[in-house]
Amino acid sequence: MDWLSNNIYAILDNPALKWLLLIMVMVMPLASLLTWAERRQSAMMQDRLGPNRANIGPIKLKGILHFVADAVKMISKEDFIPGSVHRGLFALAPILAIAPVLIAFAIIPFGPTIYPHSYTSTLDVLGLATDPAAKPFADSIRLQVASFDYGLLFYFAVLSIANYGGVVAGWASYNKWALLGGLRSSSQMMSYEVAMGLSLMGCFLLVGSLEPGFIVANGASSQMSGANPLNWLWLWQFPALILFMTAAIAETKRAPFDIPEGEPEIIGYFVEYSGMRWGLFFLAEFIEIVFISAVIATVFFGGWQVPFLDADGFRVGGYVTEINHQWVSTGGWVLKLPHAAVTALQLGAFGLKVILLAWFQLMIRWTLPRFRADQLMNLGWKVLLPCALGWTMLTALFKLCAIYLGWL
Amino acid sequence: MASHAHDDHEPTTTGPKVLATSTVSPKVRTIAVVRPSEQQVSYLAATKAGLGITLKHFAKNLFGRRRTVDQLNKGEHPVPTTAFQKALSVVSPVNDIETIQYPEEKAVYPERFRGLHRLMQRDDGQVRCVACMCCPTVCPAHCITIIPEQSDDNGIEKRPAVFEIDELRCVVCGLCVEACPCDAIRMDSSTHAKPVEERADAVMTKEKLIAVSKENGKNPTSIATQGGVGPNWRERG
Repeated sequence: MDWLSNNIYAILDNPALKWLLLIMVMVMPLASLLTWAERRQSAMMQDRLGPNRANIGPIKLKGILHFVADAVKMISKEDFIPGSVHRGLFALAPILAIAPVLIAFAIIPFGPTIYPHSYTSTLDVLGLATDPAAKPFADSIRLQVASFDYGLLFYFAVLSIANYGGVVAGWASYNKWALLGGLRSSSQMMSYEVAMGLSLMGCFLLVGSLEPGFIVANGASSQMSGANPLNWLWLWQFPALILFMTAAIAETKRAPFDIPEGEPEIIGYFVEYSGMRWGLFFLAEFIEIVFISAVIATVFFGGWQVPFLDADGFRVGGYVTEINHQWVSTGGWVLKLPHAAVTALQLGAFGLKVILLAWFQLMIRWTLPRFRADQLMNLGWKVLLPCALGWTMLTALFKLCAIYLGWL
Repeated sequence: MASHAHDDHEPTTTGPKVLATSTVSPKVRTIAVVRPSEQQVSYLAATKAGLGITLKHFAKNLFGRRRTVDQLNKGEHPVPTTAFQKALSVVSPVNDIETIQYPEEKAVYPERFRGLHRLMQRDDGQVRCVACMCCPTVCPAHCITIIPEQSDDNGIEKRPAVFEIDELRCVVCGLCVEACPCDAIRMDSSTHAKPVEERADAVMTKEKLIAVSKENGKNPTSIATQGGVGPNWRERG
C-alpha cells in the first residue's frame, strides 16, 4: 500500500488510465444515451412522444432505460454470418469503424491541468508561471491523454482509417448492394475529409498551434484571457465553424449526408450485419457525434473554459502578462475560488458544451432531407473546398496585416 | 356583366410581368422570368428556416403540457380564459402531441365502431339467437359456426347449441349484424378482439360472446320486442 500511496499521482497521470476514464465515464454513456435521445428528440420535433416506456419496475425515467434494453437486445441477438462472406474482413470491419474514433479522443483536452497539492486553496498562477517546479505544483495531472504538437493532424490521420470500416464491410459482405454502399461511403468520406481539414487551417494559422490544449488555453489571441468568450474562435473563425461543422456531419455519415447507409431506402454497406456487429457500426456513429462535438467545443468554443473563469477564480477586467513565455491573467476584479471548484466548473462546462453541440447535430439530422449523390459531391468539391481555401487565405492575409501593424 | 370582377380576359395581378404580347394571339406573350435569389436557393438559408420550424416544435412539445385524454379524444385545443391560465399558457403552452398512451389512456371509439361481437339475451336470460343460419351464410370469411338444437321453450323453435366466431378469421365487415333478423348479434361492444396466446383462444364460444355485454357495460337485452309484436302490441306501450 505504501507503494500505491507514493505513486498515486503517477498512476493517475497514466495516459492509458486517463483514456479509459474518458471513454468509460464520458464518451460511452453519452453515446449510448444519444441513441435514446435521438429518438426522443426527433419525436418531440414531429409532435410525437417517442420511446418512453422502458422501465425497471416502477423506475421509468422518461424511458431513458431504452438504451439498456437496446444493448441487451443487440448483444443477445443471433450473430448471423452469411455463408459466402470473407470471414476475417467481415469481423474486422466493425472494429475498423469504431476503433479510430475512440483512439482520436486521445487528443481532446477534457479538463485543465490539475495540481493535486493545492486543490483546497486558490491556485497561485503567478507562482506557477515563475517556478513550475515548486512543491504546490508538483505531481500535476494533465486532463488530456496525449498532447502532441501535431495535435489535430492526428485526428485527421486516425479518422481517415475509419473510412476503411465502410469499404471493408461492403467488400467482405459479398453483396453487390453492400459493395456499392461501401463505395458511396468511401467517396463521400474522402471528399469531405479534404474540406474538413482545410476548414480548420484558418484556426491553426490564427492561433499558431495545432495542439488543441494550446488552442483552449490561449484562444485566438494571447493578448486576451483564454476564458474570455470573445477570444474563442467562434467569433474570429465563424465561416470556418460552419464549414467544419458541415464537413464533420458528412463524416458521421448521418442525414442529410446519409447516402452511404440510407437506412430504409438505399441499401448500405452493413446490410449483411446483424446483432452487436451491426451495433458497433451504429455505436461508432454516435461516438463520432460526441467526438465532433468535442472537437468543435475545443477548437471553437473554448473547450473546458468557463466564461471569465481563470485558473484562480472569476475575473472581470483583468489583463494578460507574459511570464516565462507563459501568458497569465492578472489584475481586475477577482472572485477567488479554490482550485478544486475551478476544476469542477471547467469539467462541467466541457460536458455541457459537448451535450449542447450533440443536441444541435441531432436537430440538423432531423431537420434536413437527404442530399442527392451529385448534390453531395457538388457541395463538397465546389462549395466547401473553395470556401475553405478562400477563408484560409483571408485569415493568412489578416494575420499578415495584424503582424505588420503590430496588433499581434 | 361589369360586376364580374374576375373575367377571363382581365389581367391578373399576381402573374408574371408581361413584357410584350403577340399580335396574332394574346396567349403568346413575352414575360419577365423571375429566378429565385441566391439567398432563396442556398443551403444555409433553407437550413436556418428549417431549423426554426423544428426548434419551435421541439421547444413547444418539450416545455409544454400535454392535453388531457378527454381533450385529445375530442380533438380540442383548450383556449385559456382566466388570467392564471393565460399566464400559464405563456410559460408552458399546450403542446401539439397527439399520442394517446394506450393502455393507460384509451381512445374513445366512435359510436358506430364495429368492435368485438356480442350475443344478445332475451328478457329471461335466454340467448336471442334462433339459429336461423343467416349470419354464417352471409359471412364472407366463414368464421361463424352454428349448430342448432331444439329449444326447451315452447314458444321458440330453435336455438344454437354451439355458436362460435373465430376472431382470427373475422374481417369485421359487420354483415352478420346486418343479416340478423332478430337483433341477436351485435358489434357495438366498443372494444376489440383481445390478444391471445393460442389460436384456440381466439375462437369466441357462445358463453364468451354472451359475457361480452357484461364485461363492457352494455345492456344485454334488446329494445326489439320479443317474439314479434303480436295482436296486443298497443298494450305493450
